[in-house]
Amino acid sequence: MASPNRPLSPHLQIYKPQLTSVLSIMHRGTGIVLAIGTLFLVWWLVALASGEDVFHTAQEFWGSWIGRLLLLGWSYALFYHLANGLRHLFWDAGKGFELHAAYRNGWIVVTASVVMTLAAWLWGYASMGSL
Amino acid sequence: MTLRSPLRKVRGLGSAGEGAGHWWAQRMTAVALIPLLLWFVGSLCVMVGSDYVVVREWVATPIVSILLVLLTIAAFHHAQLGLQVVIEDYVHIKWLKLSSIALIKFAAISLAVATIFSVVKIAIQ
Repeated sequence: MASPNRPLSPHLQIYKPQLTSVLSIMHRGTGIVLAIGTLFLVWWLVALASGEDVFHTAQEFWGSWIGRLLLLGWSYALFYHLANGLRHLFWDAGKGFELHAAYRNGWIVVTASVVMTLAAWLWGYASMGSL
Repeated sequence: MTLRSPLRKVRGLGSAGEGAGHWWAQRMTAVALIPLLLWFVGSLCVMVGSDYVVVREWVATPIVSILLVLLTIAAFHHAQLGLQVVIEDYVHIKWLKLSSIALIKFAAISLAVATIFSVVKIAIQ
């Protein structure tokens, strides 16, 4: 039987958000976003295999403002999940667990995800010749 | 006092009944996805605005086809393992939990097969 006095998970509505808890929830959130985003990757490759007209429809969508907004969200989610996933792998190896380390590598993840997203978009616009 | 032998505990593989298999697969696919995704996003950044013929030629390059298939397998495996954990954490009605997980696994396999088929079709045409 489970003991009735076992500690409960912090209740989100009354628990003060902290960097560590926010980043943890964001890891799960971005994971779900990326799973949905993968559907668009499938669409892109299936369209490419289906023929020129279908591919152009997909390309037009990705070039539209809503398409670019989705790509911006997808790319940020990807770089965040990548950076924080790496943080998780270090934790799995038993490194970076101390409170000060968890905060420091947390801020590194936040910075890295923003910098990588900006770099990818600058790179993309540069290859289109739009810079 | 427990009557279970250490061997019995090991064979039972813990409360999940499958030991660390899920956990380990999640980590291995994560490690595989790091270089694959950096390569893929970098390639997309280079190819932005390219037309149909250029993108098809890129996908048809043997090394690109192989990496795309590997990326597809790793990404869908990783995604369905992650979504399974999310469902296990929040869905507590047993039949709904089991059927959602099954649905996600079927969807992941179907979408991965569709993607791999598309890559192979482009590669051998």
